[in-house]
Amino acid sequence: MRGRRVVITGIEVLAPGGIGAKSFWSLLSEGRTATRGITFFDPAPFRSRVAAEIDFDPEEHGLRPQEIRRMDRAAQFAVVAARGAVEDSGIELDELDPYRIGVTIGSAVGATMGLDDEYRVVSDGGRLDLVDHHYAVPHLYNHLVPSSFATEVAWAVGAEGPSTVVSTGCTSGIDSVGHAVELIREGTADVVIAGSSDAPISPITMACFDAIKATTPRHDEPERASRPFDNTRNGFVLGEGAAVFVLEELESARRRGAHIYAEIAGYATRSNAYHMTGLRPDGLEMAEAIRVALDEARMDPTEIDYINAHGSGTKQNDRHETAAFKKSLGDHAYRTPVSSIKSMVGHSLGAIGSIEIAASALAMEHNVVPPTANLQTPDPECDLDYVPVTARDQLTDAVLSVGSGFGGFQSAIVLARPERSPA
Amino acid sequence: MTTSVVVTGLGVVAPNGLGVREYWSATRGGRSGIGRVTRFDPSQYPSRLAGEIPAFTAKDHLPSRLLSQTDRMTRLALVATDWALADAGVKPEDLPEFDMGVITASSSGGFEFGQNELQKLWSKGSQHVSAYQSFAWFYAVNSGQISIRNGMKGPSGVVVSDQAGGLDAMAQARRQIRKGTRLVVSGAVDASICPWGWVAQIAGGRLSTSDEPARAYVPFDAGARGHVPGEGGAILILEDAVAARGRGAKIYGEISGYGATIDPRPGSDREPGQRKAIELALADAGVEPGDVDVVFADAAAVPELDRTEAEAISAVFGPRGVPVTVPKTMTGRLYSGAAPLDVAAALLAIEEGLIPPTVNVEPAPEHDLDLVTSQPRTAEVRTALVLARGQGGFNSAMVVRAVD
Repeated sequence: MRGRRVVITGIEVLAPGGIGAKSFWSLLSEGRTATRGITFFDPAPFRSRVAAEIDFDPEEHGLRPQEIRRMDRAAQFAVVAARGAVEDSGIELDELDPYRIGVTIGSAVGATMGLDDEYRVVSDGGRLDLVDHHYAVPHLYNHLVPSSFATEVAWAVGAEGPSTVVSTGCTSGIDSVGHAVELIREGTADVVIAGSSDAPISPITMACFDAIKATTPRHDEPERASRPFDNTRNGFVLGEGAAVFVLEELESARRRGAHIYAEIAGYATRSNAYHMTGLRPDGLEMAEAIRVALDEARMDPTEIDYINAHGSGTKQNDRHETAAFKKSLGDHAYRTPVSSIKSMVGHSLGAIGSIEIAASALAMEHNVVPPTANLQTPDPECDLDYVPVTARDQLTDAVLSVGSGFGGFQSAIVLARPERSPA
Repeated sequence: MTTSVVVTGLGVVAPNGLGVREYWSATRGGRSGIGRVTRFDPSQYPSRLAGEIPAFTAKDHLPSRLLSQTDRMTRLALVATDWALADAGVKPEDLPEFDMGVITASSSGGFEFGQNELQKLWSKGSQHVSAYQSFAWFYAVNSGQISIRNGMKGPSGVVVSDQAGGLDAMAQARRQIRKGTRLVVSGAVDASICPWGWVAQIAGGRLSTSDEPARAYVPFDAGARGHVPGEGGAILILEDAVAARGRGAKIYGEISGYGATIDPRPGSDREPGQRKAIELALADAGVEPGDVDVVFADAAAVPELDRTEAEAISAVFGPRGVPVTVPKTMTGRLYSGAAPLDVAAALLAIEEGLIPPTVNVEPAPEHDLDLVTSQPRTAEVRTALVLARGQGGFNSAMVVRAVD
């Protein structure tokens, strides 16, 4: 007895280079990059001066002035993406029991942008230790505690079931979707609006990644700055964005004739219990997460047609996960295309996991594997097929997507076609 | 048959007591930890009282390399975890590392650490920001640091649902144990008693402006005018009951039911979601309202929110149908740390057969609650319901039961 199965029936993506799932997919399939010199603030004092920014006008996307005022940019992304996903799925949420509709939104750093801005004001440019409450905006509490993102999405779609923000650093975007899958499988919810959002491109985030040299100082060619698996890479490019999905129980999705992008067949997360930012090169814990996710999906490693890598573009990451793929998939790792879309849209921290799940689902939809842009000089220690520069036409029935992040979290999620024959 | 999940260890860091014994002795005795803020000078702010944890010296418990990279709330969480593991009689090095997970809740992350680094950024420049800022502030810090300190590689997680988050984390821990993980460290410790956190909490509009510790946080009282915030919480060791019994562990009780909802959007004519969350938790536990011996209320101390909670409790249990208590009147509201601390108190109430009191409250007659005030009440407690609500409409409910 298989129990309840969970499928994606709606997708919306806000990513650098274009808003909406369609323009997101054009960017990926054409191998274009959306990294550029920072425009949000003067990047001159910073070591890293490139980012993947979104040109986003909230009013154009239907947000009202008060919504815009009270929501951090990441919350705005989440709400716009949630509405888009619901529209894409064609689901009539009003006809369902609202207590059976849940919300899970991932975010690594919450309302960092709003907090950075407001701190500067209440502290008068860092002059006051005892910051001045008279200058605090009324929605500052919603920035303090980013569960406000889940509230905003629940209000936007009319959900009244289990709702939360999942915040496991850079795996938040996978873990949020994984959590939603668990809610539907166990029968707590029938539909979950799940995804993640982050808008971290602010001075405080740039400064803290500068401090540990995690982001790239390659400013001369910003469009080529994100170079996962390339021997010349030297750090990630900070990005922003959101992806939100409508997740439904398979049978009810079929009954209403919904378009099904993919089944979320397996998910797992494990910790390396090693270091808050460091990775051991053996990839043991990520391999374990992959193994458990495949086991949950009842799939053999050889069924994986494409690996959507974490591929952040740091040396330690690229080697760590290359080892994890070999450990978990064996020889099949060498036969499976692996790519990192962070080469094109940057690393949007907690959001990227969901954005990569969207890329994985769209790869299945189009039977096209997106490339790793800027991969020109292979790192001899990374010896898998990383799909350099150009997208590849390929039947894609099952995808593994992984994430790795600060705190030591390693997550893996498996997407597959629901009509596949069970192993 | 679903796996039964039990609590085998408690680690408490509360304003009225460090450690389970001190906390319970203060709580059953009605001793409050609320007082004027000492961490900074609160004179210029409209709210000046807090539940601060006194006499916590992190360096007595943690190595110095951890001190430079952690916020106060992470230090408290690490120490609470050490105590909880010791209480459970668990040595993490004796268990398979993938069989132990860490799932906590957070509200504001390491916010005081964040304030210090923001100040350096804006007053001195970006190159002065600490190399630890990238992971000392973010919400995942406690789960990450606990897993590293204790070598726990199993499923981990972090949820943020304001004050309801502590129960959501424990529910997620139970879920992972049911899926096969043997032990999960769960609960939450929160603290943002720094000027920057204080101003953000003031902006939330729910802080009491009273200067009298005995009158500042009086939920369900006609004089309720908001809450006093506090710091701390509880870390609990959750285990597969069979594994716990197998090693002869002391069992405090079972996590037997959970339910969660979020309130409808403002302007909706639908009722708030707390009653539904209670009903879901009772159904999940397979208990009738009449089986519940005590309710630990959320107790927002905002008149409208007290009214809706009293109505939800009365709707399920009948008017004055169940003893209700609010030991957090002695600690203030601890954000995501509050509900795990209430779960700890509920388990201790089961153990001792005593319901801790709600202090300083003269219940307003309109609420129709059997509020346990002033004195603890002796009672056989087999089943307790813990309620938590978060700003933004989060409602969570958890049933804990005695085990035979």
